[in-house]
Amino acid sequence: MNALPIQNTAVGIDIGSTTAKIVVAENGKILFSKYERHFSRVRAKTVELLEEVKPLLNGKSFSLAISGSAGMGMADCAGLPFVQEVFATAETVKALEPDTDAVIELGGEDAKIIFFDGGLDERMNGSCAGGTGAFIDQMATLLDLSVEEMDRVSLEHTRLYPIASRCGVFAKTDIQPLLNQGAKKADVAASIFQAVVNQTIAGLAQGHRIAGKVLFLGGPLYYCHGLRERFAETLKLDEQHAIFPDYALYAVSIGAALYADGQKKTFSYEDVHDKLVKSVSGAEHISHCAPLFASEDEYKTFSERHASATATFRDPETYEGGAYLGIDCGSTTTKLVLLSEQNEILYSYYSSNKGNPVSVIKEQLEQIYSLLQNRPIVIRGSAVTGYGEDLIRSAFHTDAGLVETMAHYAAARHFNPDVDFILDIGGQDIKCFKIRSHAIDSIILNEACSSGCGSFIETFAKSMGYDVETFSKKGLFAPSPVELGTRCTVFMNSSVKQAQKEGATVEDISAGLSISVVRNAIYKVIRAGSADELGKEIVVQGGTFLNDAVLRSFEKELGRNVIRPQIAPLMGAFGAALHAKSLKKERSSLLTPEELASFSHKATALTCGGCGNHCHLTVNTFANGEKYISGNQCDKGAGIRNTGEPLPNLYEFKRGLLSSLPKTEGKRKIGLPLCLGMYELLPFWHAVFASLGFEVAVSPFSTRDTYSLGQYSIPSDTACYPAKIMHGHIEQLIAENCDLIFYPALTYNVDEHRGANHYNCPVVAYYSELLHGNLENLRGTRFLYPYLNINSEKEFAAGLANCFAKNDPESRFSVRDCREAYRKGMKSYHAYMAKVRAEGERALQFAKDNRKRVLILAGRPYHIDPEICHGIDRLASSLEFVVVSEDSVCHPEKQPDVRVLNQWTYHSRLYAAAQFACERQDVELVQMVSFGCGVDAITTDEVRSILEQHGKLYTQLKIDEITNLGAVRIRLRSMLGALEEKEEKAIAGKEVEKQ
Amino acid sequence: MTERVLFTKEMKATHTILVPTMLPIHFRMVCRTLNHYGYKAELLENVGESVRQCGLKYVHNDACYPALLVTGQLIDALQSGKYDTHKVAFMYFQTGGGCRASNYISLIRKALERAGFGYVPVISLSFVGLEKNPGFKLTLPMLLKGISGILYADLLMDLRNQCRPYETVAGATDALIAKWEETLGEEINGKTPRYSRIKKNYRKIVRSFAALPMDRSVKKAKVGIVGEIFVKFSPLGNNGLEDFLVREGAQPVLAGLLDFVLYMVFDFIEDAELYGMKKRMKPLFKVAYRYLLRKQEDVRKIIREEGTFDPPMEFDKARKEVQDLIGLGVKMGEGWLLTAEMLALIGEHVGNIVCTQPFGCLPNHICGKGMMKPLKERYPDVNIVAVDYDPGATQINQENRIKLMLANAK
Repeated sequence: MNALPIQNTAVGIDIGSTTAKIVVAENGKILFSKYERHFSRVRAKTVELLEEVKPLLNGKSFSLAISGSAGMGMADCAGLPFVQEVFATAETVKALEPDTDAVIELGGEDAKIIFFDGGLDERMNGSCAGGTGAFIDQMATLLDLSVEEMDRVSLEHTRLYPIASRCGVFAKTDIQPLLNQGAKKADVAASIFQAVVNQTIAGLAQGHRIAGKVLFLGGPLYYCHGLRERFAETLKLDEQHAIFPDYALYAVSIGAALYADGQKKTFSYEDVHDKLVKSVSGAEHISHCAPLFASEDEYKTFSERHASATATFRDPETYEGGAYLGIDCGSTTTKLVLLSEQNEILYSYYSSNKGNPVSVIKEQLEQIYSLLQNRPIVIRGSAVTGYGEDLIRSAFHTDAGLVETMAHYAAARHFNPDVDFILDIGGQDIKCFKIRSHAIDSIILNEACSSGCGSFIETFAKSMGYDVETFSKKGLFAPSPVELGTRCTVFMNSSVKQAQKEGATVEDISAGLSISVVRNAIYKVIRAGSADELGKEIVVQGGTFLNDAVLRSFEKELGRNVIRPQIAPLMGAFGAALHAKSLKKERSSLLTPEELASFSHKATALTCGGCGNHCHLTVNTFANGEKYISGNQCDKGAGIRNTGEPLPNLYEFKRGLLSSLPKTEGKRKIGLPLCLGMYELLPFWHAVFASLGFEVAVSPFSTRDTYSLGQYSIPSDTACYPAKIMHGHIEQLIAENCDLIFYPALTYNVDEHRGANHYNCPVVAYYSELLHGNLENLRGTRFLYPYLNINSEKEFAAGLANCFAKNDPESRFSVRDCREAYRKGMKSYHAYMAKVRAEGERALQFAKDNRKRVLILAGRPYHIDPEICHGIDRLASSLEFVVVSEDSVCHPEKQPDVRVLNQWTYHSRLYAAAQFACERQDVELVQMVSFGCGVDAITTDEVRSILEQHGKLYTQLKIDEITNLGAVRIRLRSMLGALEEKEEKAIAGKEVEKQ
Repeated sequence: MTERVLFTKEMKATHTILVPTMLPIHFRMVCRTLNHYGYKAELLENVGESVRQCGLKYVHNDACYPALLVTGQLIDALQSGKYDTHKVAFMYFQTGGGCRASNYISLIRKALERAGFGYVPVISLSFVGLEKNPGFKLTLPMLLKGISGILYADLLMDLRNQCRPYETVAGATDALIAKWEETLGEEINGKTPRYSRIKKNYRKIVRSFAALPMDRSVKKAKVGIVGEIFVKFSPLGNNGLEDFLVREGAQPVLAGLLDFVLYMVFDFIEDAELYGMKKRMKPLFKVAYRYLLRKQEDVRKIIREEGTFDPPMEFDKARKEVQDLIGLGVKMGEGWLLTAEMLALIGEHVGNIVCTQPFGCLPNHICGKGMMKPLKERYPDVNIVAVDYDPGATQINQENRIKLMLANAK
């Protein structure tokens, strides 16, 4: 480390999103440094820090600069010098460690990377990125640990789980089920750190390899040793190359001081103090909403109205008879309700599941048994719902399990038999369902990216130094709530930052957050344009609605009063108890007090070797030797063997066809990456190149490792997963020593005469340009990506021959060769499509003959990739669906009228498939949408409207690199539940008619 | 399915055509041109949070930000009570092509329906003629007048950016812009002038801006703005990016709208070249391409001769040079033009670039963010920042990243 080249006295102040740092330096030495959380009191904290260093500065003339995202506005207002924080860091590193190759700096909400090798290159995370201090804080809350504890346990990990690293919300969706399934906290904690590492590499390095001497800076990297370990291990850095300096916290403030020293502008202490104290925030950018309550009276009326929607409680001491237990093992909380024969609540419980729901429920059961001791009360039925359903059911032997949506409907019906709309905002999920003629008609769940849910407000309250109750109460009478936008958590953080910068109070922010949560639910999740689109008899529930500010925002936004049962957070458990009652059993199979006493539970992790998927399994072993296995994508890992004939699954069928393409011999080898447009056209290209005499190498189906392999060269992190995984496929082909690698640029796809045009989407069409520019390893291999017209033999042949002549002169293909290759290719392509359609027919017939439901799993051809669809097809199969693909049932003559510009080949099929689903009673459609697919913003609404016009359910599954199927299972099961109920109603209706 | 609401012949007399704020100077010219041909066109002026909220309410939140803003602006205006909603139509400009942006019109119509304005006709103005309306016809004279308007507006916008950072009388540049808009507006309203007269105007314009009191003693960093067309140009879309750069002591540099028109015309030629599509039309597009190039060259020439200002990008040169980086077949969204603009800026020694895009913009994954690495490899000193725009993204986040770019600006 070099000496600090500061001649005179210089002060550097760094105000980040969560902390304030100050450094005073003089004659090459740091005289003072301090690091503190500022709890959003930016200016006050700065003045405080300054006053603390007064003795060092008094009477001196010194230079000063402010840095950091929250310092930006303040410096402007006070008229003090400002230096951008990444720039400041680079100054520090250049001065202190000039031989550094790269710097990784994680802050509260920003992540930065600086490369010094090959020209200075400084980067910050984009606006969609987790993997920062705030993310780690959130995850620690989720694990019910402090950050320090999380760090400590992480060092004891024995294995790592894949956790989506794009953003906090995604990661939560992965982590929650892991916890529910009993994964060890140490392993989860380390996996979270690994996710941060992956995010940094994928989101920031973008193709620039991090190597050489790497400096790690910023709070999280200073404090979290587990995170350091993950970074060093992943980047393969030894102690000489992974540097964690003492000044990690102060790199920015030292840089600011260096910058200030170079500016030669000096101040006196009074001068700076005066400027800071007197500065007022500048022009207002933020907008405000109307207050939630105009007066205390208004609040009183509101409270009284809602107090009337209540369930009856009864002291078990006064009761005898049957009792019914409902358990809701949710993603963050565990709820229990014990009901009497008259639906009175004998006992209820609501608490965070503290990352270990099994022990929470065990305690509760013991509690209940002790209450019932010596009372003539018999538990006649028990049911469990929620994320942890399967685990709890096998642990405690409840009589039934039911999907949470059905549980909630059962409960809501109890409060309002005419309920036509239920909205449930919980810790992690938003669920809502519309009810038409007393059956669930459509179910909407929040997509992984849009959760502005309860735990969000909680985390926020904590970050501002409040508990959630106090925090939300503050919002009730806020005079002018701030407008915070309705995007995901990361964006919301920045909105709050901006509001704080402009002087918004905690009250206004609290109210603003409540309004955001509500708007997020209405406009982004439900996608309603007006209150009338929701319904007339609305019941709201879920823990988040206990917050009066959220409830009031919702009513105000809708302009309509709604019912919030007093037991809002218990509704799932309440519904489960009602369900238990409906089983009409004499005695519940629930563990008896004696069995419970000897109950113990152990979770171990292992990797399934059943197939190439290598699922990470968690094996829960209970005292009686019973096991519950989770994490498996198919039934094999769970130890279940299917005996009967497997149900038709077009996804499996198509994969089979693609993997059984004949082997070809040739002098030279051409590599075809099996992703994006290549999926459907593989039979075509395979035949084309076989005809031209190549040995054709096809990259295998993707796995998680495929993604990791190519992750380092992805320049745009917000592109869809199917595109990003392509980098790995190319790497695999390079490793196979192909002479050529081929992925064409096809602006136009095969013309199926369905719509106005037959485009590919921009990503499918032109991704090869990106690969060419960003994949350094590819430069040693000839990469061909000609622009071709696949609909014309003549144009195609001319184009292909020309491409070879230009880029691969030794091949010497004539236009005639290429014409023949095209004909063979098309023959093979049409044969493939015909087989797919024939199998589709067979599947439909099979379903008819065997009275099975058909599920059109609609997506794109590349969604059959097992890693991209995460085995959703198998999951649907295991739920007894006959699975067909959109391309097997979308006969072009049935193209429906659509209100959008229908101009993409793949997307046109979705509309036709939806139309087909409407024509058959036994066919349902579920649409898979890859995160980041801009085109699907258009198709989803249209597919939904086609289905809903015909009274069909619409279900959308958003998929990304997420690996857990828990949420998908809930959606599919909810759909099944709704279908069954609908049918029962229909049968009941018919019977009534007969009578 | 409901029938599309047509803009009928009668409506030409009775209805006001509302036009969104995309490029303020340009679209005011367009409105004047339309009015000259007997329409009643008006540029929407409403901006701010209510526009965004309205967009969020009526448009799928995953749709692109420009679609959300354009729709939000229209519905916000209709709900404001300022207009007799039964006497207005809406016009939007559609490029067609494989980008999802080609679906704006359908998104706007759906949103209108949901907001209860389903009866408002939406006119799609497009070079590919995606839809027909009996009451609206794009004639050749109108098109030519429109092009001439675009050329004027490109010139004004360019000069504005070259003067404003240096003006010594605050607001003088904008006052001059307003004056020229008035003068040129009158010209549009009259008989189409001879081309020599137009060229004289160019010179007058350049001279009038050169005569503005300016202080060029402090060297200001030039910062190029490239990106998705709406957020690149529209202050509504990019939170007033040009103003921000000027405030931060930089000089914004933007290629004009005509470049985008040229790009679209060229794409037809390239389609014929690559795919043999519409081959017979190719000569016609070549003529149009050369015609437009010539017009742009005339402006460039006058700016060069006058000497005070930098001439704008030479389109055909940029097109030829970019082929080493990206194929000219990349024609969805801004396609290769975006990369070409970055390359041209670097060639003009404008190494500082803000690449703007709506969050999740599909083509920009490839032609924007996807081309940064190869550009940096060739020109290690180039200083590019990619900024995503989105209803939830905050200004502070965006400005911090732009400030980082500015801190390294040379």
